[in-house]
Amino acid sequence: MEEIRNYTMNFGPQHPAAHGVLRLVLEMDGETIVRADPHIGLLHRGTEKLAESKPFNQSIGYMDRLDYVSMMCNEHAYVRAIENLMGIEAPVRAQYIRTMFDEITRILNHLMWVGSNALDLGAMAVFLYAFREREELMDVYEAVSGARMHATYYRPGGVYRDLPEQMPQYRESPWHKGGDLKRLNAWREGSMLDYLTEFTNDFPKRVDEYEALLTNNRIWKQRTVGIGIIDPEKAQAWGMTGAMLRGSGIAWDLRKKQPYAAYDQMDFDIPVGVNGDCYDRYLVRVEEMRQSNRIIRQCVEWLKANPGPVMVQNYKVAPPSREEMKNDMEALIHHFKLFTEGYGVPAGETYSAVEAPKGEFGCYLVSDGANKPFRVHLRAPGFAHLSSMDAIVRGHMLADVVAMIGTYDLVFGEVDR
Amino acid sequence: MSVTNETSLVERLAARFGDMLAVKVERNEVTAEVSPRDLISVATALRDESGFRFTTVIDVCGVDYLSYGQTEWDTDTAQGDSFSRGVEGQAVGRFTWAERPRGVEQPRRYAAVIHLLSVELNQRIRLRAFCEDDAFPVVPSIVPIWPGADWFERETFDLFGIIFDGHPDLRRILTDYGFVGHPFRKDFPLIGNVEVRYDAEQKRVVYEPVSIEPRVLVPRTIRNDADLDQARAESADHWREN
Repeated sequence: MEEIRNYTMNFGPQHPAAHGVLRLVLEMDGETIVRADPHIGLLHRGTEKLAESKPFNQSIGYMDRLDYVSMMCNEHAYVRAIENLMGIEAPVRAQYIRTMFDEITRILNHLMWVGSNALDLGAMAVFLYAFREREELMDVYEAVSGARMHATYYRPGGVYRDLPEQMPQYRESPWHKGGDLKRLNAWREGSMLDYLTEFTNDFPKRVDEYEALLTNNRIWKQRTVGIGIIDPEKAQAWGMTGAMLRGSGIAWDLRKKQPYAAYDQMDFDIPVGVNGDCYDRYLVRVEEMRQSNRIIRQCVEWLKANPGPVMVQNYKVAPPSREEMKNDMEALIHHFKLFTEGYGVPAGETYSAVEAPKGEFGCYLVSDGANKPFRVHLRAPGFAHLSSMDAIVRGHMLADVVAMIGTYDLVFGEVDR
Repeated sequence: MSVTNETSLVERLAARFGDMLAVKVERNEVTAEVSPRDLISVATALRDESGFRFTTVIDVCGVDYLSYGQTEWDTDTAQGDSFSRGVEGQAVGRFTWAERPRGVEQPRRYAAVIHLLSVELNQRIRLRAFCEDDAFPVVPSIVPIWPGADWFERETFDLFGIIFDGHPDLRRILTDYGFVGHPFRKDFPLIGNVEVRYDAEQKRVVYEPVSIEPRVLVPRTIRNDADLDQARAESADHWREN
């Protein structure tokens, strides 16, 4: 009889379904996985060590580049850790702005996820649909911070600046003119909040479109139902959070259980799955988009009605206004000290976590009283999730590995840090 | 964090573990210091016993306390017209591998910090275990208790060189294949040791010693004049408006 041996296969790091730079060493018995050994670190940039060599504020931009599809949520965790240690709190309006942008970020992330996951599993169109709405939301990022992705918008003590009064409009060009230009600018007559009102009115219909493409799609269900089942006890033992945990039926959401920013003022529901398979996690994430839409609408209404400061008036932490700087020696000194040396953060340690789109994103910050962090550790949800890969895909088929990578919602910026 | 539970959690910890844990509460966060010898028994109890039920391991990470509280910006001596402006010491990012600080003693240098979460009781705890021997830092592995700690411990081993005794597969995880050293230790240079480039002649990627210079733009300072208190007093004063 012929000798049959398992063979080892390299999946990635250059593979379209590897979501970046995952190298997966698979030991296969035919098409069945016997052992999976993910090799990560190909995108390791030493963010945590870099942060130790810079004043606190200069590392906010690095946070965007961790999970680079949920930028502002990462900033939120870091900024909150600093605020915790300093004992300062952002003004109410800033809290609402943060809540709103966290949810915009969640929709951005889930759109990326639903699009790329469907693409991995063979559905091309969803990706194109999802990117249509991503574009609209990235315009909001751009309007508020000047950058479409890496915003660096949150600051300890609030947000960098207030929301713009006028949403930027498309100008006439050889590519955009006539009726096309009119359509592009239809939502952009008023402020950014008016634009978001239009968006939130429109978005549920768009989610229906994705659902029409996937939810009852026979192929989609064949690829996801009953794949990668995680029971609730296992999910907890593996350190899973976010949609991975909720998909297994545990209604755990930091926004409800340990509220931060303005989430305790918001009315929204936590969707949970039943079977803990890839399909349930898909349903959970789609419903989360609808709930995020609800939260954004509530924030928009509140923000329209309640103007106010968006940054603390503590000039050791936040810069004074340009105008004040020109006339006031004290303000000039504060400005100079803040941008050269930064601010000292009282000695101590804290862990602050936010419900990022992928799960619990946490920042463990140790300060010794200096103007730079002594140690920053970033707890990335994807890192904890991916570590369970081997245990979950054993016995599955090769194609299910792709479904599993998709359902983890991996972004290697945060896994490798 | 779950503010309502904290006092009772501290009481429960004191009643159950007594002297095994040094518990302190800061900013509504519970930190318990535990000796590596007791870590496994404490962790098992924290997971299983009612009143704790820490079924989820959120995070395991290392901290290297070398140079904790040291500054490099000397403003002690005043000159005629100003303070002295000397950057001193070898803080993060200021040295190469050859010039790294050596022979610096720091008692209890390495610690493994574990963050736990109880989904059921909505409470968190932070455990810290200092390694007893700095030359060979060892902490027992908690992977048998929470499988989710697996990669976190591998990462801590990779970046800090802390050995997790009993870990099933303690390999490097984030650094390059064949990497030498533990990069997040405070005496490891920020610029690293080697850089890679593609060599057109050899037609392969080659490793070379780093060519960049260590460079830090802002010195590390600790101000003792309580900046924040001062700012608070100033804003309370409203002198600006007058």
